[in-house]
Amino acid sequence: MSILRFFSSRAARPAVATAPIARDRLQILLAHERAGMRGQPDLLMQLREEILAVVSRHVALDPEKVMVRMERGKNVSTLEVDIELPNESGVSLAATG
Amino acid sequence: MAKVLVVTSGKGGVGKTTSTAAIGAALAQAGKKTVVIDFDIGLRNLDLVMGAERRVVFDLINVVQGVAKLPQALIRDKRLEKLWLLPASQTRDKEALTEEGVGRVIADLRTSFDWIVCDSPAGIERGAMLAMRFADAAIIVTNPEVSSVRDSDRIIGMLDAKTVKAEAGERVEKHVLITRYDVSRAARGEMISIDDILEILATPLLGIIPESQDVLRASNVGSPVTLNNPASAPARAYHDAMRRLLGETVPMQVPSERKGLMDLLRGRRAA
Repeated sequence: MSILRFFSSRAARPAVATAPIARDRLQILLAHERAGMRGQPDLLMQLREEILAVVSRHVALDPEKVMVRMERGKNVSTLEVDIELPNESGVSLAATG
Repeated sequence: MAKVLVVTSGKGGVGKTTSTAAIGAALAQAGKKTVVIDFDIGLRNLDLVMGAERRVVFDLINVVQGVAKLPQALIRDKRLEKLWLLPASQTRDKEALTEEGVGRVIADLRTSFDWIVCDSPAGIERGAMLAMRFADAAIIVTNPEVSSVRDSDRIIGMLDAKTVKAEAGERVEKHVLITRYDVSRAARGEMISIDDILEILATPLLGIIPESQDVLRASNVGSPVTLNNPASAPARAYHDAMRRLLGETVPMQVPSERKGLMDLLRGRRAA
């Protein structure tokens, strides 16, 4: 049987099971989506709002110069807020949470 | 010059999202700056097929409503530098999508992209109408099956009547893409023939995508099939379709799965 498998897998691709990857991706995604549907505010979105509110209290924010990136993970999610501050040096302030 | 392409079908489950991801990635691989837009408000899935589902911050409706700027909502593909995604909203009301708002977003995208690929929701309601509204070209995804062909015909009628181009007396460039083409069923004469479909729809053929496990594997891992396994039969078929879209003449092949010796010995088991 293993010889048969050897030959048939040469014709196809190396047999990497993709179903477990699909399951993991769905579990992570649905955990986040269900929380959102139940009306629990998305923590990342809330953090984003508040971080921007604090910063805009001190400087005039150009909405075009604010980049927000998120990555929702199983155990850890990341929020990256990249704000280009409109001053002479044009320093960029990054907050990660 | 930017080109707006809608991937549509009327019927659900025929492969619009798969095709949008595959063609979008193929265009980006060919060096075209491409954005794929999900118009399926409330039931987005293009993000999942593209593998960007964990990175969605803003969506199309946020941009239409002015909550977010377009550059903030665009998600850049991690594998292809020239590929971007504009996700649909998962939670908000469909009514939030207005023609005027979508028009603005598309006009904006036209200034910085070569190809704008709109993934239409199934049906003929608002979302589907708006996805095709500003199109220059259309891919009508059709399965070799009676209800799909009927719905395609309906959609072709809408493309000829309800788009901005049609209303201006111009024509939307239309292409039929046959998907889920089952090689073994075709060999047994159990499927409507491609010639019959094309004759009924009176629309030129863009490509024939075989039913394949590679499509399922690609969506499992969240990668367009043209990227996930470029040598596979569906990826090659999508790649050829993309080249035809760019105006190249590529001989049409009825694809078949490459069969190994063992497959032949076992008989026709591969789909």
